[in-house]
Amino acid sequence: MNFLEIKNLKTFFHTRSGTVRAVDDISLTIRKGEIVGIVGESGSGKSVTCHTMLGLLPQPPARIEGGSIHFHGDDLVNLPHSALRAIRGKRISMVFQDPMSCLNPFMTILEQVAEPLIIHDNLSLEEAEKQAIEMMEKVGIRDAEKRARSYPHEFSGGMRQRVMIAMALVTKPDLLLADEPTTALDVTVQARILKILRSLREELDVSVLFITHDLGVVAEIADRIVVMYRGKVVEQGEVKEIFSNPKHPYVKGLLACRPTLDCKYGTLPTVDDFLETIEHENGAIEIREKKNIENTLQKLVETKKNSEKEQSDPLVEVQNLTVRFRSSKGFIGEKTEDVLAVDGIDLTIQKGKTLGLVGESGCGKTSTGRAILHLIRPTSGEILYEGKSLGKLPAENLIEYRKKMQIIFQDPYASLNPRLTIEQTLTEPMQVHNIDNNNSSRRERVVSILEEVGLSSDHLLRYPHEFSGGQRQRICVARALAVEPEFIVCDECVSAMDVSIQAQVLNLLQELQRKRQLTYLFISHDLSVVKFISDDVAVMQAGKIIEFGKASDVYTHPKENYTRDLIDAIPSPYNLVKD
Amino acid sequence: MSIENTKVQNLISSSTKSSSLWRDAWIRLRANRLAALSLFFFVLVSILTIIGPEIISTSYDEQDLNNTFAAPGSTHLFGTDNLGRDLFARVLHGGRISLAVGFLATAVSLIIGVAYGMTSGYLGGKMDALMMRIVDILYSLPFTIFVILLMVLFGRNFVLLFIAIGAVEWLTMARITRGQTLSLKQAEFIESARALGYSHKRILFRHILPNLIGPVIVYATLTVPAVMLLEAVLSFLGLGVQAPMSSWGSLIKEGSEKMDIAPWLIFFPGLFFSLTLLALNFLGDGLRDALDPKSAKD
Amino acid sequence: MVKFILVRILQAIPTLFLIATLTFFMTRMAPGGPFDSEKNIPDEIKEKLEAHFGLDKPLHEQFILYINNLLQGDLGPSFKYMGWDVSELIAKAFPVSAQLGILSLCIALLMGLPAGIIAALRKNSSYDYFLMISAMLGICLPTFVLGPLLILIFSSWLGWLPPLGWYSFSDMILPSLTLGLFYAAYIARLTRAGMLETLNQDYIRTARAKGASPIRVVLCHALKGGLLPVVTFLGPAFAGLISGSFIIESIFFIPGLGRFFVTAAFNRDYTMVLGTVLFYACLIIILNLVVDIIQASLDPKSRGR
Repeated sequence: MNFLEIKNLKTFFHTRSGTVRAVDDISLTIRKGEIVGIVGESGSGKSVTCHTMLGLLPQPPARIEGGSIHFHGDDLVNLPHSALRAIRGKRISMVFQDPMSCLNPFMTILEQVAEPLIIHDNLSLEEAEKQAIEMMEKVGIRDAEKRARSYPHEFSGGMRQRVMIAMALVTKPDLLLADEPTTALDVTVQARILKILRSLREELDVSVLFITHDLGVVAEIADRIVVMYRGKVVEQGEVKEIFSNPKHPYVKGLLACRPTLDCKYGTLPTVDDFLETIEHENGAIEIREKKNIENTLQKLVETKKNSEKEQSDPLVEVQNLTVRFRSSKGFIGEKTEDVLAVDGIDLTIQKGKTLGLVGESGCGKTSTGRAILHLIRPTSGEILYEGKSLGKLPAENLIEYRKKMQIIFQDPYASLNPRLTIEQTLTEPMQVHNIDNNNSSRRERVVSILEEVGLSSDHLLRYPHEFSGGQRQRICVARALAVEPEFIVCDECVSAMDVSIQAQVLNLLQELQRKRQLTYLFISHDLSVVKFISDDVAVMQAGKIIEFGKASDVYTHPKENYTRDLIDAIPSPYNLVKD
Repeated sequence: MSIENTKVQNLISSSTKSSSLWRDAWIRLRANRLAALSLFFFVLVSILTIIGPEIISTSYDEQDLNNTFAAPGSTHLFGTDNLGRDLFARVLHGGRISLAVGFLATAVSLIIGVAYGMTSGYLGGKMDALMMRIVDILYSLPFTIFVILLMVLFGRNFVLLFIAIGAVEWLTMARITRGQTLSLKQAEFIESARALGYSHKRILFRHILPNLIGPVIVYATLTVPAVMLLEAVLSFLGLGVQAPMSSWGSLIKEGSEKMDIAPWLIFFPGLFFSLTLLALNFLGDGLRDALDPKSAKD
Repeated sequence: MVKFILVRILQAIPTLFLIATLTFFMTRMAPGGPFDSEKNIPDEIKEKLEAHFGLDKPLHEQFILYINNLLQGDLGPSFKYMGWDVSELIAKAFPVSAQLGILSLCIALLMGLPAGIIAALRKNSSYDYFLMISAMLGICLPTFVLGPLLILIFSSWLGWLPPLGWYSFSDMILPSLTLGLFYAAYIARLTRAGMLETLNQDYIRTARAKGASPIRVVLCHALKGGLLPVVTFLGPAFAGLISGSFIIESIFFIPGLGRFFVTAAFNRDYTMVLGTVLFYACLIIILNLVVDIIQASLDPKSRGR
């Protein structure tokens, strides 16, 4: 039974510089009790679809240009506001991505969870609170009765997302719209939330429209998948069918370009390997499948065979590193809190290899990276670079090592000074370190580095805001390369990216490593990505390294339970396609 | 929703093939009619008050005792006062003083505030806490009272006037600069500058300062009218510039005493003063929207 | 919370001492003395007067004496109003200023808050433009222009309201309106900005997704966060109302503390100046503390501390 049917929906954004066709003629249906996953990269229109259904888009600039959304006989597109409000939160509820900003910081958890009941069911406060607490227990909030009167900031991220889910389900809706509900969470927490959603679907007989960029997540939870690309639905069908036999070139590319635990490629394929887009003169875009894909893929697989590296000398050694943060509030320091971020760890990073450092948020991996570069001062312990201790060096000698060690950050938007052109950004490190002594040779060097990272000399005089996220990350890589370093810390440097761009950047990092014999410390929360790029892996938990070894060994035979939990929590279509 | 919004934003910035953020801001400012008009008006008033007194035939202190309290007309555009002095000349001259005080005092507050705020924010930690505590304490002082006291006790002195006002106004500037510096310091491009071994001087002046200029300009634009207002308050209490010199504030004071006989004496200075403040405030708002396109959508 | 208040009170002591010291030496170092202007006073009487008030002693002795008296709660006698103590004068004049201030603040809040909320809700509509341009006019029309203007219109021309004095309620309307309008304009702008920022938050979208009506969204979800900046502003606003009252009191001839202060400063009435400054400082410190407490009670995050 189709109880929700979207037909030819078009939502456009009209801005001063033109029209953005955010959702462009899509159709899909949801059946009773079904979980449908919408997958797509950022800008594919998946969130806009969801917001359009509930009339939550700001209009203008958004405008629904056509189509219908039929729900129990009503057309949500043409429904008057008051009627739509009666449906929102009662029969269709929504869970958003960021549970911190989506909960009202001025209201208690209980007030917020009970609110839909008060709005829609006219329940007394007492009754509403009783039902709210019941629902909170159902989503796995222990001691709900006691904790219900706390404020959102007193809850952890995972708990807040449970609160959001309880709030959405408290009115027993027919349909739950979940917009990237687990994206901001750690894998193990994500696994638990997905489990709760699945069991509640059975219990409450609710249909779910689950929006995500993560193919693994959707494979775990959905019955059916809808893949969106540039505002259009490019493919939809049963989960198994799509994973084992994708038809559209974009879907094929999307599936291939994500590194998985059993990844067979040495270099990741990219979406561009699969399709070419042709823009017609009337503005229409045609997507065509490329020829000879099999050949290209075969070549990529072959790059893996000779990638096994020899044992080499250590370049960076971390000995008993401890980082403690002291946060004091107020000048007289009424309260001091000590946070032990890194708790006496040892690491060895071998020359020309990549060490992957994985762990969940707050485990101390970022502090480790920064302490190695002496961006934060280690509380105790030693960092040895080629056997020399950095801690004992006077400041002026540390500068020599700044040339040898570089870092690339997660957010390419914040990593570039918005007031400097690309040329200024890239020549500045050369001026500081006296690399080349005149501007024309520096410019030549900048151009060659830009070409190495896949940009061109046309970009020299542009400013950062004129580039896309992926391009900006390439500029950050170029800036790191400007001082000819030997060792680069990659701090979650592909975590904020769409998979297709992530694949390009990962390939770039690998290519640079081969060409320049670079050594990487690759910090990430994403175990699949770490597996793909690393030779050795260290697993970090609560400031300690709990497991360390060759990547292939750690993933196939984890020694610690925690490592096994992490690996098991990775959502993946792996099991699904196998059986 | 917010993700989609940034998408749209990106689309806008990538489709307009412009270069620096400054040029983008300038284009946005010109597109804001109210701000553009304010800028035009402000430039006009500035030119009038700077070169006006030099080219018009009557001087601000020239008395024409046969022609006291003359209504506005062709000989005296804005009329005359009790001593037969031409109000038009006096308004232009008064504007010169008012604007000069406004800009000089703002410059004083700008220099002290930015230096203090940047130091405090960049040093961070205990030093920052101490420096901000001092600002907090100074904030809780009745400063206007001190300025009045200062002017009363030490006499009307032009230099003392803007130093005193500037010394009051720097507090907010310091707070703003410090907040901006703190958040910039955490930005990843500053961290990468440290990783590249840049000196503190280079980081402060090449990477932090240029990114501070936006909010500082906005606040400075809003400080000028605030200072002019304070100067006018002092003039109104008879603590401003000495007669026969005049500022808009002292003209308004004179006008308010004689408004029953000659309402134009308060009307014209009041009009010029209010319109200039209005233009500066609108310009400040416009600049804020232009320099920070995210807030412009409000 | 109790600890927070205690710490603030302890911190106020050095601040007040600093103010007392600063003001004391500033007044003494300035040219002129309290009995200079009266030329008809013979020198020996002047000397006697100075001896009576202890002005012939060395400066540091005078200072120690003053601080000593201050610690016993004695602000000393006025130099100009013979036979009056400074504290008596303040007790007489302050209620007038307080009345004016409270009335103005009420006007400011009653006009500013609704105007700001309406402007935010009807963003970019003609209501919004009208309200915000009026608010900007209110900010740019200084009290000393607005005051005379109101007198001109409502007393001289229309004859509805008295132009000066402070005896009956009708006397209070024009002054409090003059002072209140400026703050109303400021509060309207702050409210609009605060509400807009709050309305843009993700949790407002959550509330809308729950099916809350627009009125409920504003009253239950947006108002608390949106009004925080207004509460923060109330601290400086009190200080502004107090110093703003100088002008209003001199325009409308109101016997308030502001006028006493300015007259005292002109007359070199040292003890009166010092006493008033310290009184103002205490007042501002207390009001700021009250504002901080209100703010903390509104924001659950800071409540825990």
